[in-house]
Amino acid sequence: MHELSITMSIIDQAVAAAQAEGASTVNALELEVGALSGVMVDSLEFCFDVASRNTLLEGAKLTVHTINGQGKCLECNLETEVDSLPVQCKNCGQYILSIANGKDIKITSITIDE
Amino acid sequence: MCDTCNCATRKQTAYHIPGKSIDLPENDRHHHQSEKDRVIQVELDVLSKNNHIAKHNREYFENNAILALNLVSSPGSGKTTTLEKTIASLGGTPLAVIEGDQQTSRDAERIDATGAPVIQVNTGTGCHLDADMIHKAMHQLDLQQNSILFIENVGNLVCPAMFDLGEAYKVAVISVTEGEDKPQKYPTMFHAADVCLINKIDLLPYVNFGVERCKEYARQVNNDLQFFEISATTGQGMEEWINWLKAKVITPTTPDIT
Repeated sequence: MHELSITMSIIDQAVAAAQAEGASTVNALELEVGALSGVMVDSLEFCFDVASRNTLLEGAKLTVHTINGQGKCLECNLETEVDSLPVQCKNCGQYILSIANGKDIKITSITIDE
Repeated sequence: MCDTCNCATRKQTAYHIPGKSIDLPENDRHHHQSEKDRVIQVELDVLSKNNHIAKHNREYFENNAILALNLVSSPGSGKTTTLEKTIASLGGTPLAVIEGDQQTSRDAERIDATGAPVIQVNTGTGCHLDADMIHKAMHQLDLQQNSILFIENVGNLVCPAMFDLGEAYKVAVISVTEGEDKPQKYPTMFHAADVCLINKIDLLPYVNFGVERCKEYARQVNNDLQFFEISATTGQGMEEWINWLKAKVITPTTPDIT
């Protein structure tokens, strides 16, 4: 389950960002997870509860936004959002093979006490 | 649907019972901010540490003309046997092997018996190799210029897909005793792979595995995959694979990393 090692990276980076702001606790954490990143959001949430214990993020609210990939049909050039593979073009039925984005995992904000 | 947490579009585990519709309770994880909160906008790439080390590994491989291959598959596809036969068939080409498994040094012992330099990485509970493990392991091997580094990843078609090790090519191994629909069941891996070895083809008369159907499923997620049909046991098809390796080690090139 790679979500655990990914969650631990997330927590390390969020702790470092919070400490840089002089915060002693993090109330909330916002993530963007690519739909094609290979990370399952509910596994990540499960790991987060466990891995955040005894860190600045213990009890923090986790918000996850899924980012779809941007697919383009190489046959008819139709552009479409891709949330899983394989995906067929709605226009011509070809499989969509050119896909950009939707693979990253990012921390987009942390919320600390004023 | 909630504007704050985007819950309707989240990527979640899906549950299906054939012929039935099922209704599962949703997790309640809605975030409500308090007035005391201060939101800090950041843009932190969670895989940046791995990707940074992978880039460093890749530069090292390229500067030293080392063809690094990341072999991925489910357990039991025959990766280690394929490596043993590949090493024997490559003759004088200098090479080294990094073996990844959760436990034991059995695979490293098998490779060691071929005479090739090898190091075993035991990941413990970890389900994949990462770039830092490769960085540490490769500096324990006396890697030569114009050589091949085979990295046998932990047997797992899910997790290794997202960890770049700095390899030039990701090689997915599938055996005909597995389902031909594996590329559809594990699309992320086949999307990320550059080469696909279809192994154990000597067993095709005994199993219900359509090689062309398997390729078709794989091409639905990756039309650039290069296939080799082999049997590591009988040696069938190995020549083409060996020739491909020899051609690549003379002029190693890195495919586009997406």
